[in-house]
Amino acid sequence: MDAFSGFFAILDATLRVSTPLILAAMAGLFSERSGIVDISLEGKMLASAFAAAAVAAVTGSAWLALAIGILVGVALALVHGFACITHRGNQVVSGLAINILASGLTVVLGIAWFSQGGQTPSLGSDARFMPLSLPLTDAAREIPVIGQFYGDVISGHNLLVYVSWLVVFGTWWVVYRTRFGLRLRAVGENPLAVDTAGLSVSGLRYSAVAICGALSGIAGTYLSTAQNAAFVREMTAGQGYIALAALIFGKWRPLPAMSACLMFGFLDAVAIRLQGVVLPVIGEVPVQAIQALPYVLTVVLLAGFIGRATAPKAVGTPFLKER
Amino acid sequence: MIEDLDGTGGADGPPPAAVSPSTRSSPGGLSGNYAIELQGISKRFGAVLANRDIDLRVERGTIHGIVGENGAGKSTLMSILYGFYQADSGKVLINGSPVSIHNSRDAIASGIGMVHQHFMLVETFSVLENVMLGAEEHALLSRSAADARTELQRLADQYQLSVHVDTLVSELPVGEQQRTEILKALYRHAEILILDEPTGVLTPQEADQLFRVLRALKARGVTIILITHKLREIMDITDTVSVLRMGEMVAHLNTSETSMSELAELMVGRKLESKSYHREVPLPADTEVGIEVVDLGVIDSRGKSRLQNLSFTVKRGEILGVAGVAGNGQSKLLEVLAGITPPTSGYFVINGHRISADKPGNPSLMRQYKVHHVPEDRLKLGLVKAFTAAESSVLGYQRAAQFNWRGLLQLDFIRNACRRLMDAFDVRPVDPRLKSASFSGGNQQKLILARELEKAPDVLLVGQPTRGVDIGAIELIHDKIIDMRDAGCAVLLVSVELDEIMSLADRIIVMFEGRIVAEVSGREADKTQLGLMMANAHQTAAGDAAA
Repeated sequence: MDAFSGFFAILDATLRVSTPLILAAMAGLFSERSGIVDISLEGKMLASAFAAAAVAAVTGSAWLALAIGILVGVALALVHGFACITHRGNQVVSGLAINILASGLTVVLGIAWFSQGGQTPSLGSDARFMPLSLPLTDAAREIPVIGQFYGDVISGHNLLVYVSWLVVFGTWWVVYRTRFGLRLRAVGENPLAVDTAGLSVSGLRYSAVAICGALSGIAGTYLSTAQNAAFVREMTAGQGYIALAALIFGKWRPLPAMSACLMFGFLDAVAIRLQGVVLPVIGEVPVQAIQALPYVLTVVLLAGFIGRATAPKAVGTPFLKER
Repeated sequence: MIEDLDGTGGADGPPPAAVSPSTRSSPGGLSGNYAIELQGISKRFGAVLANRDIDLRVERGTIHGIVGENGAGKSTLMSILYGFYQADSGKVLINGSPVSIHNSRDAIASGIGMVHQHFMLVETFSVLENVMLGAEEHALLSRSAADARTELQRLADQYQLSVHVDTLVSELPVGEQQRTEILKALYRHAEILILDEPTGVLTPQEADQLFRVLRALKARGVTIILITHKLREIMDITDTVSVLRMGEMVAHLNTSETSMSELAELMVGRKLESKSYHREVPLPADTEVGIEVVDLGVIDSRGKSRLQNLSFTVKRGEILGVAGVAGNGQSKLLEVLAGITPPTSGYFVINGHRISADKPGNPSLMRQYKVHHVPEDRLKLGLVKAFTAAESSVLGYQRAAQFNWRGLLQLDFIRNACRRLMDAFDVRPVDPRLKSASFSGGNQQKLILARELEKAPDVLLVGQPTRGVDIGAIELIHDKIIDMRDAGCAVLLVSVELDEIMSLADRIIVMFEGRIVAEVSGREADKTQLGLMMANAHQTAAGDAAA
């Protein structure tokens, strides 16, 4: 009973921590499947997190915050698209520029608008996405293990956590079951084939990049208005890159990418849980070592698995009709 | 020569360029009878006029050939038809009415389908998905797929175009990939089908099958434009033919009234002789051996076997031709012998030095052993595009004493040496300061050949010496290779052009999936038989023929 509740607490934390990773990984999936490398997931999340927190602080509306978060994500994505698609710029450089822009601009604007050293004011519960209790939670708790799992792990998250699960399913469905998905996969593999089939390569890539921006926007909004109650400078802390790593683990497929996100989230949750715990033989593990654990494992896993991942063939190469 | 020229007209055909388009153009009826008509199409790229005032009329339901050397403007013209480029001036008429084609979508809407030389397929998709792409009626894939499946079945029955609909394109043989391309065009209701060098990657048998399909399409009223430099195909299958030379249409002819030699002369603008180079008398048995390969094998980093148990020898003063469909290990063999890739089993003795897995070579060592390599992919391995001709002309030899003085390259000396090479090998323009990329394919090849041959190698490895090279340059390249042979060099020649191998090689080995499947002497080689060997089908087919 007690062992279960401890484990369930970790799983519960896993879901909360994984949500922004999952959303960002799906965002990256759309972009990279269309052939556009997106290291600017990080920057888009950060900018959206700031925008959402700022709007929520001023208006008190979580929904308005979400709308603005998405809008900012899409706007930055279109900047990336303009550089990479229209002007065939280097996709990594453009992504990096957006990251730097977001990192600097959020702090500058934060200080100018709120004078709290780059933070936004703390949000009240009306201005946030608060935990929801799913139907029958209390009744279910009476059932051992399964009911407890439902009550402790599945139920009690905020709306955006559940949205992220729908996004994964939706991504899978769009990519593999729709006409748009077929074209999206094709344009990331062989844009010339798409062009000669009478389709617009730019049009497809812009759509993909815009979807990427919207999903990054939800991820950013989640960080500042659901998981936390304010924007803190650099609050993404590399999660955009972790999402990208998860995408590569998952070989650019939605469900495996989500699994990778959950794995990273789980490591994170374990790390939090292990702080201050005295382990046999080792003794008390230093906090720093535990906090480094997910990143160390990322490096190890990436080194071990990345060799077998095959990216969309045209990813990173601007489309140029040359004959 | 790429083509032997003993066509029906013989060598005494009319002089080139004397055929005016008006006098011998096909007798057409009303303009409504033309599926496609070009009027005064011109296209300029910078200083180069790629197409100059081109007129072309193709009757509905006929097969029309367009021939011309590389760089004559064939691809530009077809790119204009398919909307890749916009013509600077001129008109395109489809079925008698003018159209403007700005992109592939417009071309498809006008009923034009194109089978590109490099297939426009998504390799990770199935045939079905490739055919559907861009022509899906419904937003949901399953509905579009069901429609496409029915339609593909109908097309397959109608034109004997059978393909494995659910197989990934990357797993299909080239011939079937090409059929997928044709199906793509037909699925989009193409009434005019343009094929750009369709047989370059096919075995002769696959090419025959393609031509059967084309005839079936023609019988159903599809108009076909065939772009090729293989004159035999033009003679075999086309009704009418146009010749492009340096961006201009120099003749429109009825195929039945012309000959290969006439077409070749029109293409080049001068008379050409048909040559057969291989030795008529075998070398004496005790001739010194230049390359001896024993049980050679290569397994690549993914664990796939690329070469298996190769054993052969090349004597000094002999040309050994390596035939095979591209991708059957010929390139790997060249890489191994040139010291680029080490063998993983077996060994080879080259000019007295033994190279094996334990004692691998490297390109610079092989050069010291007087083994010189003219690589298949000249832009990747032969020269650096951004270098000047002079710099490219010393690549691999940049440390030679003659080019250096106290650690500095002697640029003037190198340029003068390059100029001498360019004169000797007719590389044009003779400008050592020009960027390597600015030379035409033929001239790049001649420069590389000059660089390697000038060192008087004992062993010469040559890959695809005339790929993308125009007819005039081919003659010179072949003559130079023969000169090396006569000077006592052992020559290994890899080429996908059977005519080239048959005319140059004294002996021919045929490779299939990394193995040698047959060996014939150059004198006895027969194109059909070689084609079957390349598909590793010679035993069974020989049985059929006997029956």
